[in-house]
Amino acid sequence: MNDALRDLYREVILDHSRRPRNYGAMDAANRQSDGFNPLCGDRLRLFLQVEDGAVRQASFVGDGCAISTASASLLTEAARGLPEEEALELVEQFRGMVSGEGEPNGESLGKLTVFAGVRDYPTRVKCATLAWHTLRAAIEQSEETVKTE
Amino acid sequence: MISAPAYDLEKVRADFPILSEEVRGHRIAYLDNAASSQKPRAVLDAVDHVYETGYANIHRGVHVLSERATEHYERSRRRMAKFIGAQSADEVIFVRGTTEGLNLVASSLGRYALGEGDEVLLTGMEHHSNIVPWQMVADLTGAKVVAAPVTDRGELDMDAFAALLNDRTRIVSVVHVSNALGTVNPVEEISRLARERGAYLVLDGAQAAPHLKLDVQRLGCDFYCLSGHKMYGPSGIGVLWGKKRLLEAIPPYQGGGEMIRTVSFERTTYAEPPAKFEAGTPNIAGPAGLAAAADYLDGLGIPEVAGHEARVREYAESRLSEVPGLRVVGTAREKAAVVSFVVDGVHPHDLGTVLDQEGVAVRTGHHCTQPLMERFGVPATARASFGLYNTEAEVDRLAAGLRTALEIFRP
Repeated sequence: MNDALRDLYREVILDHSRRPRNYGAMDAANRQSDGFNPLCGDRLRLFLQVEDGAVRQASFVGDGCAISTASASLLTEAARGLPEEEALELVEQFRGMVSGEGEPNGESLGKLTVFAGVRDYPTRVKCATLAWHTLRAAIEQSEETVKTE
Repeated sequence: MISAPAYDLEKVRADFPILSEEVRGHRIAYLDNAASSQKPRAVLDAVDHVYETGYANIHRGVHVLSERATEHYERSRRRMAKFIGAQSADEVIFVRGTTEGLNLVASSLGRYALGEGDEVLLTGMEHHSNIVPWQMVADLTGAKVVAAPVTDRGELDMDAFAALLNDRTRIVSVVHVSNALGTVNPVEEISRLARERGAYLVLDGAQAAPHLKLDVQRLGCDFYCLSGHKMYGPSGIGVLWGKKRLLEAIPPYQGGGEMIRTVSFERTTYAEPPAKFEAGTPNIAGPAGLAAAADYLDGLGIPEVAGHEARVREYAESRLSEVPGLRVVGTAREKAAVVSFVVDGVHPHDLGTVLDQEGVAVRTGHHCTQPLMERFGVPATARASFGLYNTEAEVDRLAAGLRTALEIFRP
């Protein structure tokens, strides 16, 4: 693997793509949302249990590339315990980082900064953001399937 | 001993300036020809020649540049008529590409031929551009769109196709060569069956034009569409061929300048084909590039080109079969230069990114054939599609790139 690929496919990303965490439907979920990337056919369904204005648990099911699977997996870890407002703020932070439009805030993004390399791959930005758009829809309780196009 | 057919690959490659480009530190291995092909110097020069020596609006001016531009345009029309075996240049309509050609036929033939309860028969391997325009006209007319199934090999199920043809089938529209699988459909047999039922036959030739010697008379269709950019010509120019009496009978597509005889607020009369279907100022220089592409292909000989591509494709299928967990999607007996595949445990999109790092360009995704992907139970495939300049060494780089991907994703 060359350096450019190593920047994109960081070890944490590969690990989460091979063994996604919090994978599966959630019986206790009271929010759920679907995401679809028409460009590559990636699909995911995100489940949230929201109580007292904060995300208690998150899980997902879906079928996608390494970037989108790892992104969803890491999202379910990062969103747990966050008040809804902070979860929405994290969506913006993440989107800004991978699109190159914002300066990543390492403090709030934490482990998610492994996705910083995506900004050098314009065709893969949508893979990374699919789960995050879906998180926003689940929190805002939008009924429509989220599309990245 | 039988000697290999003469095909001067080095000379052919030298005709394409872009092939000496380096991407990401590698010489480009362009294996995405089914999406769009690269252009030989002769095509680039032909387009420049129009702009440099005879550019103005066509069919209008009395001045010399307009006359020259019109002559370039109409000479190109005659050249394309010859390229596809049309009886007359009046049967050749310049369009933006196959998508516009199919939309034109669906709209104009659809309004002419379809009524409530009539059927349009397609196949399960159509590109979205040969599905959606028919759904749009079906909504307007009350007709129904039906699709014949595809077998596990990726061939059209001809028994099912014949059984779906019935007295309500007014139009059959079929892809000549599948963009996603490479399958070459038995269009002469399809034509015979359609004729028996009195249905019109439309063929989507976008993928056929760069690989097969075309003869619309022999194919027995009523309409044929192709795109310039897939046959080494410029983008934004293509051909719709139709039988003259049908082009006269069906209503126009777009209205505007050029397509009329007389206009008044009471009554407008239309020009004869092909002008009837060429509203507005067209792509003026594009046809010259397309004609140059036809010259280029005929100069090499389409059977020789097809022979070369078949050797590269067979080599690719053999090299790819050595990659653990790789499955070729679409193994039709008659195939053009396409190898679509999936690899266990590696998403096509990730394959595409790794290959791109090696300077190998392939397409990944659903190839605008979502129903076909559904049929094979895959969200997407990776697709290597070969053109007249591809080499076995490029196939080796593809195979090596796939092994790199396996090391990353399936250590």
